[in-house]
Amino acid sequence: MKPGEMKQTYSIFSLARNAFSFHQGWQMAWRQPEPQPSYDIVIVGGGGHGLATAYYLAKNHNITNVAVLEKGWLGGGNTGRNTTVVRSNYLWDESAHLYEHSLKLWEGLSQELNFNVMFSQRGLLNLVHTQHEVREARRRVYANQLNGIDAEYLDAGEVKAFCPLLDTSPDRRYPIIGATLQRRGGIARHDAVAWGYARAADSLGVDIIQNCEVTGFRVEAGRVTGIDTTRGPIATKKVGVVVAGHAGVMAAKAGFRLPIESHPLQALVSEPVKPVLNCVVMSGAVHVYVSQSDKGELVMGAGIDSYNSYAQVGSPHIIEYLLNALLELFPTFGRLRMMRQWAGIVDTCIDASPIIGKTPIDNLFFNCGWGTGGFKATPGSGWVFAHTLATGEPHRLNEAFSLDRFARGTLIDEHGAAAVAH
Amino acid sequence: MLLIPCPYCGPRDEHEFSYGHEAHIARPKDPFALSDAEWVDYLFMRANPKGWHRERWVHSKGCRRWFNLLRHTVTHEIRASYAMDAEPPRSEP
Repeated sequence: MKPGEMKQTYSIFSLARNAFSFHQGWQMAWRQPEPQPSYDIVIVGGGGHGLATAYYLAKNHNITNVAVLEKGWLGGGNTGRNTTVVRSNYLWDESAHLYEHSLKLWEGLSQELNFNVMFSQRGLLNLVHTQHEVREARRRVYANQLNGIDAEYLDAGEVKAFCPLLDTSPDRRYPIIGATLQRRGGIARHDAVAWGYARAADSLGVDIIQNCEVTGFRVEAGRVTGIDTTRGPIATKKVGVVVAGHAGVMAAKAGFRLPIESHPLQALVSEPVKPVLNCVVMSGAVHVYVSQSDKGELVMGAGIDSYNSYAQVGSPHIIEYLLNALLELFPTFGRLRMMRQWAGIVDTCIDASPIIGKTPIDNLFFNCGWGTGGFKATPGSGWVFAHTLATGEPHRLNEAFSLDRFARGTLIDEHGAAAVAH
Repeated sequence: MLLIPCPYCGPRDEHEFSYGHEAHIARPKDPFALSDAEWVDYLFMRANPKGWHRERWVHSKGCRRWFNLLRHTVTHEIRASYAMDAEPPRSEP
């Protein structure tokens, strides 16, 4: 397939047509181009956020002389390792606006990309177990409603009616006494998000280059002019770095530090079972989040491993805490077998909010610090980062998420406020 | 699971310990003399290396004393365990 060649549209008709040729006639979803000597904009990192950035650069800003460089394969990092929860019920205004913009983009994403991202708005419960949590949850519901985000508070009986599998009996060690509900929250197919954005960006002319690791930045007079990669140097006017857990490594190559540490975040899936869990359930107090994938597996995660690591493995006692929490909420899962377990390296920022914008080097922009909750933000993150790269200035939705907020003392402290412990 | 050599109690399981993040960040002697940028650098910025990392731990379910480790953030190998006031070991062999 050549650049600019029309992409086949995916539909029930193309599925039927290709069935006649035993599915041998499908186009490649994106090209495999060689890196060019120069680009207007280079995006480092071919995960969901980087690919979304490339797509919105082309779509919203008509900038198509763009390369996305990925050291491994598309979506092989945290995009393919997260627990796929999508929600926007954040407490603080800055976060609420950004995540709600993202959620609105999710709602039309499959149609927009002509790629089924299997976005399922099945509702999301944040359970509360103490009187203090009740007050915090109600406060968050009011804050969400004032920001135009759907939010409800449910008492224990309503929680039981919404999610019958939960054990809401009052004699539990940590009884469920209520929950907040975001009906528009849900899950999506994480790989499909990377693939859908890649295919759409590629069809608009963006070069997606895999197996190409950035080894250094070329900086002249405080301004980035190019990058060195394992496939040769590339000249460029602007660079956007979206590498999640390796943000600190890239910052060190550019000669500055970030208020970020990298930690393993573990997740696991059970064997597939029939549909049993009809919504996403999160609990900050016993600390687990769980949903059921369309394949029937229960997908779950909890907190990060405490220590800095780039190893993509964590310690087993974290899994024990997670499963203790799961069984506190759902004793019936006690006989489920777990099938796979893994870890991703998350870039946890000191105030549990992302950093999106300028760096000490001109024309070098970073989008990082999403920590444990970046997947839900994929479309919105790409949208605002594309704006930042195209115009050189932040979008109004990411103004507050600048790196200089730490010097100004305007941190966006989402520890706990974000409806889950970080 | 890490097997952490407490300098006071010997090797113990990771879950007896709590993590204290990057070590050897000295509080500035005269904070009021710092610029905003220098204060931010002290307060928030971290090295976060992919490689050898000097970090603080506390044996919170044991002797409850703080100490430092030199640990690799990719292999999780622990090369040194030393007292808070000891000279930090070199990261290269």
